[in-house]
Amino acid sequence: MSSVWVFVENRDGAISTISKEAIGAARYVADELGEDLTGLVFGEAVSNVADAAFDLGCDDVLGTDDETLKDGRVEALGPLVVKLAQEHEPAVIIAGASILGRDLTAWVAADLDAGLISDCIALEVDDETVRATRPVYAGKLLSTVFVTVGVQVISLRSRTFPQAESTGNTGTAEWVDAVVDEDDIPSKVVGYEEQAGGVSLTDASIIVSGGRGVGGPEGFEPLRELAETLGAALGASRAAVDAGWIPYEHQVGQTGKTVSPDLYIACGISGAIQHQAGMRTAKVIVAINKDADAPIFKLAQYGIVGDLFDVVPALTEEFSGRLD
Amino acid sequence: MKVVVCTKQTPSTTADFSVGNGAVSWEDPGGKPNVVNPWDEYAIEEAIRLKENHGATDAIAISVGDESSRDALKTCLAMGCTEAILVSDESFAGSDSLGTARILAAAINHVGDVQIALFGKQAIDGDSGQTVVQTARKLGWTPLTFVAAIKEVAGGSITVERLTDEGRVSVTAPLPVVLGTVKELNEPRYPSFMGIRKANRATIPTWTAADLDIDGGVGAAASKVDWSNVYAMPGREGEVEIIEADSVEEQARILADKLFEEKVI
Repeated sequence: MSSVWVFVENRDGAISTISKEAIGAARYVADELGEDLTGLVFGEAVSNVADAAFDLGCDDVLGTDDETLKDGRVEALGPLVVKLAQEHEPAVIIAGASILGRDLTAWVAADLDAGLISDCIALEVDDETVRATRPVYAGKLLSTVFVTVGVQVISLRSRTFPQAESTGNTGTAEWVDAVVDEDDIPSKVVGYEEQAGGVSLTDASIIVSGGRGVGGPEGFEPLRELAETLGAALGASRAAVDAGWIPYEHQVGQTGKTVSPDLYIACGISGAIQHQAGMRTAKVIVAINKDADAPIFKLAQYGIVGDLFDVVPALTEEFSGRLD
Repeated sequence: MKVVVCTKQTPSTTADFSVGNGAVSWEDPGGKPNVVNPWDEYAIEEAIRLKENHGATDAIAISVGDESSRDALKTCLAMGCTEAILVSDESFAGSDSLGTARILAAAINHVGDVQIALFGKQAIDGDSGQTVVQTARKLGWTPLTFVAAIKEVAGGSITVERLTDEGRVSVTAPLPVVLGTVKELNEPRYPSFMGIRKANRATIPTWTAADLDIDGGVGAAASKVDWSNVYAMPGREGEVEIIEADSVEEQARILADKLFEEKVI
């Protein structure tokens, strides 16, 4: 059995984006270590997910097809991964740092008495050890972290690693039984609500974000139009959320979401250090602000000093002409 | 039913950091370099509300740290926690997340009769968010992370609304549970004047490794993770390019050109 494992999160028969990124990163680690890569595929009716994991570059797949695993409850998944790890003794276990990926890696590391590194933004392999880079102190500092002994359990921040691509590889998964019966799983899902429409912030490749300069709830309208034109998600600074102009789920920053889009367009956002903590890993940052001295201009690649209510509609007009 | 909230003292959100010889230090322009971890405020508030609205008898704040962590615990008392305990021992220094989980689990067991242990989403210094689930494992309790609402506590079980990667789920689990909280849960109160006076007079006991029968598995020696290499975030390369033109339409056209060139659209 191979010694680098990757958790293949899936939903409705498809591998989640963050797991495609994790498979890509884990493939790199496995190649550097000269080991095979095993995908862990759990859920109900997931044989096609196993095929997709092979196609994305897994050499082996360990899977469990069971109704108890379909809700993504860590009390069902955790004991299963722990048992498999005790049997097969992988050297490295990698997962995307989704909510479930974080819960699962913490559970598995606790039960295996293993070192855990979460929310990494870069990986390198040095001899037998994975050296991970992760932001600390709210993204103001970086740290290079490694596990000193035993199994290395690692989770990866979304949108910081390229997704694995189709390789045409095929294989036959090894299917094992679930280890916890439904009666022995403490938590029961009693209700479910899908995310409301629109693009999710953490998955978005483009984010249009507004701050104090937006001036009120109606001030987000031009931003929403630009976001729709670009297929972007709508973000906000804490100032705008605290003022009640837009719900908390849109907040980017230290006490909001951490995002790494390809493009972040900050409109009327001054760029307080707490906001920077949530968006500074964006590939390209554009700042639109009336105040030429706003700190956001120190972070941005491109800036327009001006009134966002003039600039943003002009951008919408420009892009809608060119993206048709 | 006792409720415990685990909190950590962290650098303030406005702190300026510097790194020298591998040691991280910070100053705060506002003169208050350390605060209660901002994510913990929601957990503290919820612990107090569990006492006010859901029949909890005690809302006890616990912090693992050195003497300076007493300030964070005083804030918890000033907000309305009924008791605060500092868990401190030289042997705890340098614990990784699992070591910290062992310490917290031992402290929660030592309190006794605890049904709900609350945590913030993550601490803003380490930013890892691992301790919630790991403490639950060390206690053998059910972890429920990203809790956005507590709907009901009755008949020995709890119903909460959790954020998931795809939306929200309502989950019921038997007590005891460990809850990881998110900001949507509540609006934390400010400490009242009377609360602050009470907190200043309160005795905050210190529990040591010996008090908790902790023998090994904690501290730098037991840590399986090396995070000693900390350094400043490299600045972004180059200066901002301010786009100027005669009209806003022209500015928009130039910016669009640049963004297509960068292949981010």
